[in-house]
Amino acid sequence: MIEHFLVGLALLLGLGGGYLLARTQWSGKRSERPEEVHQILLPFTGTEISRRAVDAALRLARAEGATLMPAYLAAVPKQLPLDCAIPAEAAKAMPLLEAIEQRATAQRVSVDARIERGRSYRHALARLLDRERFDRVVVPATADAGGGLSGDDLIWVLEKAPAEVLILRPGPEDTRFVIGS
Amino acid sequence: MQRGHYKIFLGMAAGVGKTYRMLQEGHAEAETGRDVAIGYLEPHKRQETSDQARGLEVVPRRSVPFRDVVVEEMDLPSVLARGPALALIDELAHTNPPGLEHEKRYEDIADVLAAGIDVFSTVNVQHLESLNDSVAELTGVRVRETVPDSVLGTADEVVLIDLTPEALIARLRAGKIYPGENIQAALDNFFRIENLAALREVSLRQVAEDVETKRLTLHRVEPVGTREERVAADAPRAVGERLLALVRPRPSSQRLVRRAWRSAQRLGTDLDLLWVKPPGRPIEGEEERQVTALRQLASVLGATLLIEEHDDLVAAAARVIRERGSTYIMIGESTPPRGLARLRTPLPQALMRATPPGVDVRIIAHRGQKEGES
Repeated sequence: MIEHFLVGLALLLGLGGGYLLARTQWSGKRSERPEEVHQILLPFTGTEISRRAVDAALRLARAEGATLMPAYLAAVPKQLPLDCAIPAEAAKAMPLLEAIEQRATAQRVSVDARIERGRSYRHALARLLDRERFDRVVVPATADAGGGLSGDDLIWVLEKAPAEVLILRPGPEDTRFVIGS
Repeated sequence: MQRGHYKIFLGMAAGVGKTYRMLQEGHAEAETGRDVAIGYLEPHKRQETSDQARGLEVVPRRSVPFRDVVVEEMDLPSVLARGPALALIDELAHTNPPGLEHEKRYEDIADVLAAGIDVFSTVNVQHLESLNDSVAELTGVRVRETVPDSVLGTADEVVLIDLTPEALIARLRAGKIYPGENIQAALDNFFRIENLAALREVSLRQVAEDVETKRLTLHRVEPVGTREERVAADAPRAVGERLLALVRPRPSSQRLVRRAWRSAQRLGTDLDLLWVKPPGRPIEGEEERQVTALRQLASVLGATLLIEEHDDLVAAAARVIRERGSTYIMIGESTPPRGLARLRTPLPQALMRATPPGVDVRIIAHRGQKEGES
């Protein structure tokens, strides 16, 4: 009887010790991991965004365990202070951010959204790039010459963004998936 | 002696009908049997205004020599000697000539009020000191006669005489504001649609702020009596909706903020965001980044981010709710409690208990895959 008890006790101690050792090693491994940014920026403008661009950004984020940062870029007119409230722009951004967040949640990707102001879309993007760190920037190029980031802006992103840049050309199958109010 | 009741008729510009309305209300008071007298009236040669003054007793003005002319001013001693129940005194921003009791007419009015006489008076928004610069910037016209904003604050009632810019210009064209020879000059200068629209916005804001200030200060009650009594005394303060969202510096709070903002937009009300920060812990690293993000979002949305350091979330939130007059609280869905935390009262119930009756608490669910996308 006593032998059984001692064997049981030894087994319990062994299991406990093994668990503690494994836990220590696991946390040690975690702390040894180099600090990485793991953030993917998806800047956009206007009242709609390409489904392809969102899906591409989500695929990347999921594969890399990164957080997706969809960022609505708003141009503030010169006569207004740069830090003024922009409810009309915010109202356009909200449904898009909601839709992206919903899609990201479905794919188990974490999201940290932003609305960024600037005197132009490029200026807004520059401010965001100054403040945050990103591994990748996914830029949906738009077929609409009148809206979004211009060709010059895309070149500027390629030159200036301190991250890998993916510019997605709009394709014929590229259906817009959200239209803001 | 009890101070008289002070009512100010505020307008965005000359000609909106402040004096006319003041006289109209004066007549209404006289009809109820009150002793009403005109302390000073500036009809600006407007026939409608002069007609409206008919039937009301006028305290004679006094002639005061000023430089090389003689000007007619309100006779303060006569008004005080006459001692009506209600005195109508036009243009409170007026500057008196030297040698009179006071430099400004609003100071004369203070004497009349102190004598226990009720006063109705008028002023245009560009005369308020704090708005003088911005109005001058908006309209290109600077007025010399200004009054401290506190004058408006001393009024028991501020009545905004609102008129659309189009209607005011129509009145001007019809010769109801200035004589014919001055109409075109007025239209070319001050009375432009954009000027008047800006002034109207400034006036509306001013009155809204005044209402808000009075709601938060004049009706403040001392914390005596039972909780229910205090709550009942506080309740009338919450005359409009005001939203408060309890947030934390985490990405998941952004959805809560967006939802709260959209609700605030629908209700046409202001939004406050409150983070109750545990005391003594510095904000740094990822938390600092998220606080910055929250601050930015609040600024974009025109919301106010409040950071309160307190170890009791419910107590801190309840205090802010009372101070801000919040009527609608939005909180995020909590994670299921574990261990001893199960014994604690859940946050929504704790908030319901700690806040005044009539304050709604709404829980915003975590993002789920509930809807398909188009």
